[in-house]
Amino acid sequence: MTISKTAPLAGEKAATGVDPFASVDALIEGLGSVGYIASRRIATALYMAVNLQKPILVEGSAGVGKTELALSTARLMAKPLIRMQCYEGLDESKALYEWKYGKQLLYTQILKDRMGAALADAPDMDAAMERLHGMGDLFFSEPFLEPRPLMQALKQDDGCVLLIDEIDKSDEAFEAFLLEVLSAYQVSVPELGVVIAKTPPLVFLTSNNVRDLGDALKRRCLHLHIPLPEAALEERIVATRVPNIEATLTARLVAFVQSLRTLDLRKPPSISETVDWARALILLHAKDLEPALVRDTLNVILKFEQDITAVEPQIVELLARR
Amino acid sequence: MQHTLEEFLRALRAADVRVSPAEAIDAARAVESVGYADRELFKDALCAVLAKSRDEVGRFDTTFETFFNRQAFELEQPPHEGDHDQTPGEAAGVADSPLAQMLLRGDATSVAQAMEAAAERAGVAEIRLSTQRSRMTRRLLDEMGLAEIERIIANARKMPEGEGLADRLDRGRRALLAQAQGYVERQHELYAAGSGKALREEMLAKKALNADGGIDPVDLVMMQALVKRMAKRLADRYSRRRHKANRGHLDVRKTLRRSMAHGGVPFEIAWKIKKVDKPSIIAICDVSKSVAAAAQFLLTFLYSLNEVVDRLDAFAFSGRLIPVNAILDDNGVEGAILKVLQTIGFQQTDYGRALQDFAENHLDRVDRHTTVIFLGDGRSNFADPRLDLMHLIQQRARAVIWLNPEPESYWGQGDSVMHRYERFTHVAKSCNTLGQLERIIEDVLRTYVPH
Repeated sequence: MTISKTAPLAGEKAATGVDPFASVDALIEGLGSVGYIASRRIATALYMAVNLQKPILVEGSAGVGKTELALSTARLMAKPLIRMQCYEGLDESKALYEWKYGKQLLYTQILKDRMGAALADAPDMDAAMERLHGMGDLFFSEPFLEPRPLMQALKQDDGCVLLIDEIDKSDEAFEAFLLEVLSAYQVSVPELGVVIAKTPPLVFLTSNNVRDLGDALKRRCLHLHIPLPEAALEERIVATRVPNIEATLTARLVAFVQSLRTLDLRKPPSISETVDWARALILLHAKDLEPALVRDTLNVILKFEQDITAVEPQIVELLARR
Repeated sequence: MQHTLEEFLRALRAADVRVSPAEAIDAARAVESVGYADRELFKDALCAVLAKSRDEVGRFDTTFETFFNRQAFELEQPPHEGDHDQTPGEAAGVADSPLAQMLLRGDATSVAQAMEAAAERAGVAEIRLSTQRSRMTRRLLDEMGLAEIERIIANARKMPEGEGLADRLDRGRRALLAQAQGYVERQHELYAAGSGKALREEMLAKKALNADGGIDPVDLVMMQALVKRMAKRLADRYSRRRHKANRGHLDVRKTLRRSMAHGGVPFEIAWKIKKVDKPSIIAICDVSKSVAAAAQFLLTFLYSLNEVVDRLDAFAFSGRLIPVNAILDDNGVEGAILKVLQTIGFQQTDYGRALQDFAENHLDRVDRHTTVIFLGDGRSNFADPRLDLMHLIQQRARAVIWLNPEPESYWGQGDSVMHRYERFTHVAKSCNTLGQLERIIEDVLRTYVPH
């Protein structure tokens, strides 16, 4: 689990005074200003999530920008991002809170040492017990609470963006546990009571469809499926992500990747692979896509040996296809 | 507009997009915040709130387009611009029929509104079956006052100068008829297509799998979806049980032992964790001629089970026995089944030979954690059934279960050696519908799979 807090940047839009969440178009523009080219559907879903205060469940194959959407939104809102990576076996103590057992034990040790001195002058047993009850009980208290991502997100008084990444990797039991957090933005800690968020965080859940999520969870979320982009959109994304790339190279590269996606591959390249490839080509000072160059850098976009061997003999033909 | 939204939600439900009341409220709130003006925005907003998976998004799109697409109604305009004043005879003839007046004026909007109103009175949205279409159309037209029009036409034809009016009304009537048919068709598509599907699914779950001709190819896709859902349901329940065992209490002994390293202070806490006995399943599926009808289905089930159960070894045989895990893993469901059937399907059954193959090559997979499931009819073509091998498997395995697509009364008849195999199984059951299969597998997982 990684908890990364991006330094709250001053949102560029906030400076100009336009609220990026005023309308869908403003939102598209706002996301564009922080480097995320959003389609209309994406922006609408995000707009609804902010307006209805609902978590948003983002699905799509790996590398289409699910996580990036959450990162960009955090940048746009100038709020900290709290990220929780899910995996099999993730449970409450790792997601919500944990008691600092070690410190608690030390505390009891200290207590034991000090107890004698504190109670030494008590005349009898009853008075000692009286004094003992009078001492504050710190054993289960905030200082000994180790907040984990979910708790941290609820404790951010100015709100934050909470990213629950790859929820489909977690167990069903954990999914059920999330329901309280997602619908009421609160959690109950048996020893302390209920912790309620002052400002509900904007929650993103991402899923790769490793397993089907439960209906109860889906019902509480807005659903957004991010497909692989059209050529025009992808060109814009590459141009934004790799600023010093030439337009002709972008067009060639995107066309090639798009034609790869029509083939029967184990893992068709997604946007992140296209961007990586564009960066690699810039590093190699490529001006155009030469078959030899493509062959050498094919491992950037294709991640399976079978895919590479399947594509290699077709490179020239695929490059010719426009 | 609230009514329209509700109708739309009903259409969505009919299209198998599950919309709960809470989501209906969300939809209303969403509409409130985006308004109706921008169609794209309206659609995307509703989609984000209502559709919860990729399939549902597709179904949402189709339903939205069908629902909010009212075809422009084309009516014949009055023939001459100057002819607006009707002859007194005409005016008198159509005076008591607003519909006739609308048709003559060529007022498409009013006709469309009248049709919506009449549809509500006639209950067109209640349509359930495709055979109800013509009756619904008739009812709709009756509600709109078609009888009136027909009477006017008949009257007009009798009058000497009424021919023109009759012809115009007749053309209007035909346009109206076409429009009404289209309307009812759309309603059927929106509301009834789904309920028909539910009915068919229910029937499929009860249909005997070894019935003549097996499963209709038309139903195959639906059947596969049904089987998949079933397998997932089973796997869900079953995995939950496995996780439940994974809770523990404080393990005092271990904690004390570990505390030795910290001078007796229990820094590291150990929990009692129940060691979970991970069960494994071996499924052996008969795909020979005698079970031809059921084979495809049994394989589908095997396929789904393979997707949801971690430790499943699948084998298929008719003459010889081969492991099919790799085939199931690498291909889609249709491809995998076809491939299995191509490789070994529909040959002469030889249970003895298949058991021998299994014993020679794969017996080491059977241990005391393993549940062995046979799917087959136990008809061995009078060959040696090799009961000794069956006995061996039974001794090694945790449980042996035999699911036979034939009814129990057929067991032991002809070349069936089911009764002889039955002695070496823990459970042998007849199972020839999907519903039965689910119940049995559930029993199996509960009773015979250790947890």
